[in-house]
Amino acid sequence: MTRAPHTEPHITVKNLDMAYGDFVIQRNLNFTIFRGDIFIIMGPSGCGKSTLLKHLVGLKPPARGEVLFSEQNFWKAEPEEQERLMRRFGILYQSGALWSSMTLAENVALPLGEFTDLSPAEIDSVASLKLALVGLAGFEDFYPSEISGGMRKRAGLARAMALDPEILFFDEPSAGLDPVSSHLLDDLILELRDSLGATIAVVTHELPSIFAIGDNSVFLDTDSRTMIAQGDPRKLRDECPDPRVRNFLLRGGLEA
Amino acid sequence: MARQSTGQDGSGKPGADFTLSQAEGGTLVLKLRGDWKLKSGLPAPGSLEKQFDLSAHPSRLTFDTTELTGWDSGLLAFLSGLQELCKARKLEFDASSLPEGARRLLKLAAAVPEREGARRSESHHDFLTLVGLESLALWRSLGDMLAFLGEALESFGRLAIGRARFRRRDLIDTIFECGAAALPIVTLISFLVGLILAFVGAVQLVQFGAQIYVADLVGIAMAREMGALMTAIIMSGRTGAAFAAQLGTMQVNEEIDALSTFGLSPMDFLVLPRMIALIIMMPLLAIYADLMGILGGAVVGTGMLKLSAVEYVNQTVNGVGLTDFAVGIFKSSVFGVLIAISGCMRGIQSGRSASAVGLAATSAVVTAIVFIIVTDGVFAVLTNVLGI
Repeated sequence: MTRAPHTEPHITVKNLDMAYGDFVIQRNLNFTIFRGDIFIIMGPSGCGKSTLLKHLVGLKPPARGEVLFSEQNFWKAEPEEQERLMRRFGILYQSGALWSSMTLAENVALPLGEFTDLSPAEIDSVASLKLALVGLAGFEDFYPSEISGGMRKRAGLARAMALDPEILFFDEPSAGLDPVSSHLLDDLILELRDSLGATIAVVTHELPSIFAIGDNSVFLDTDSRTMIAQGDPRKLRDECPDPRVRNFLLRGGLEA
Repeated sequence: MARQSTGQDGSGKPGADFTLSQAEGGTLVLKLRGDWKLKSGLPAPGSLEKQFDLSAHPSRLTFDTTELTGWDSGLLAFLSGLQELCKARKLEFDASSLPEGARRLLKLAAAVPEREGARRSESHHDFLTLVGLESLALWRSLGDMLAFLGEALESFGRLAIGRARFRRRDLIDTIFECGAAALPIVTLISFLVGLILAFVGAVQLVQFGAQIYVADLVGIAMAREMGALMTAIIMSGRTGAAFAAQLGTMQVNEEIDALSTFGLSPMDFLVLPRMIALIIMMPLLAIYADLMGILGGAVVGTGMLKLSAVEYVNQTVNGVGLTDFAVGIFKSSVFGVLIAISGCMRGIQSGRSASAVGLAATSAVVTAIVFIIVTDGVFAVLTNVLGI
């Protein structure tokens, strides 16, 4: 990648411990996501990637440690401030998580209607535009149950982009997609970063996407329950001293 | 030499059968014969244990599969059990003469060692512990209910100052869903309840020639009690369960997370319109049920007791006061809140699986009915004490 490296911290995670009740999933996570980066959260299944995402987007409070958004501590902020911060995120959930009682256009329009002063006609045209950006022009009046899984995911992305967020979070964007759709989605992610200047955090274990889009990454390990590597995924693949990380990035090729 | 047979299956094909014999040097040879398939029934590896005991100092177990005609994972299950048994008895398990496929699958099953602590041990509790655990769970669920009630009140507070965010269309849809759409079933049930009350009353009152008082009986019972109660029970089964299932499915589908991360409170957006809808519609449905019940009573009164319709209506109007209606209507509003709260609470608390949604719907109905009956009891005492 030819761009100059980004240096302004956008999200900083300090000494984060994650737990469900007494069961600690990951401890002592420390990393920084820079503004304009595509940051990959990777690791084997069940290591807590999606849980980490829930901590980053403010759905689950940390057992210990801090999540800072440009120096502001999310979990110490007032509820109103938290809501304001959360509106600067866009999140694409694993299954799309579209509101099933609303059409695609209504899904995209809902946040616009609630948080902007646009007139209904303007909202409609913005919603159509966002759907067109993800290749769903003409599907405004479809319900989520009437379209395919890949389309639901793209519609979820259109909704995530509704409020022009500064940070986009993706939970396993390519899970359940065929290779071509998954590649198209990667291109779309790159395009969004470059055109909107958004910071993007992606939870995935899809190697082709990791190498295609990742600027920086963190690797969570299941057994030691902490992060064991961080950095450019391509460099990690070639140079990481930890064989577990290289083995993962070489698709188990290290063992053979 | 020991021999054990598990018999043959009905088709006449040979079923799973084995013979254990001892060769020289402490080697045991297990001869497998016939069809070792799941559907033909298989011997348990444990049955070999006694025969191991009978042999003199065995050190190795090998197989003879020359007469094995077919196998599937049934054979594998037997062999892996046997492998455990051999390990416990420090017997060498020589798989070399097993079929190639079976050998490889056995190796695959043993490739990843069992995860330490992953197997869940089934815990057995004695009766007192169970009672204790259940009581604690009940106590916690009471706490959850209070917390939910508090959040719902906050939400109403935001509604009052115009800061609650929800879609007006959701409210209208819900109002239709728990109002007009519920009319047929409410009609049927309350009409029949009125009819039944009239029958029961008539049998007694006719003996005194006081059949005209059937009108009072049915009117007062419907207005004060049965109209509100029957509507509440119908609505908790119909609408309460639907609320729980809707919200539970949204929870499974991460739709509620998606709301929260847009800064839209699920309490305002989902629970509030449902509560408002039920609070508005329940009294209306209860009044409707009162009238239907009185109509049912009138059918018995005019049909069986030979009262004229005018007589019946006059008697009802004289006998049933506005206070009776007011008590019933007030109660039905309270029941509406209870149904909406139980339904929404169970839905929001639902776990993230299909069975959890079913459980949420069930427990929404149970919770609602329990609260309705208890509240009704409290009302009965209160109205009595206050002389209303």
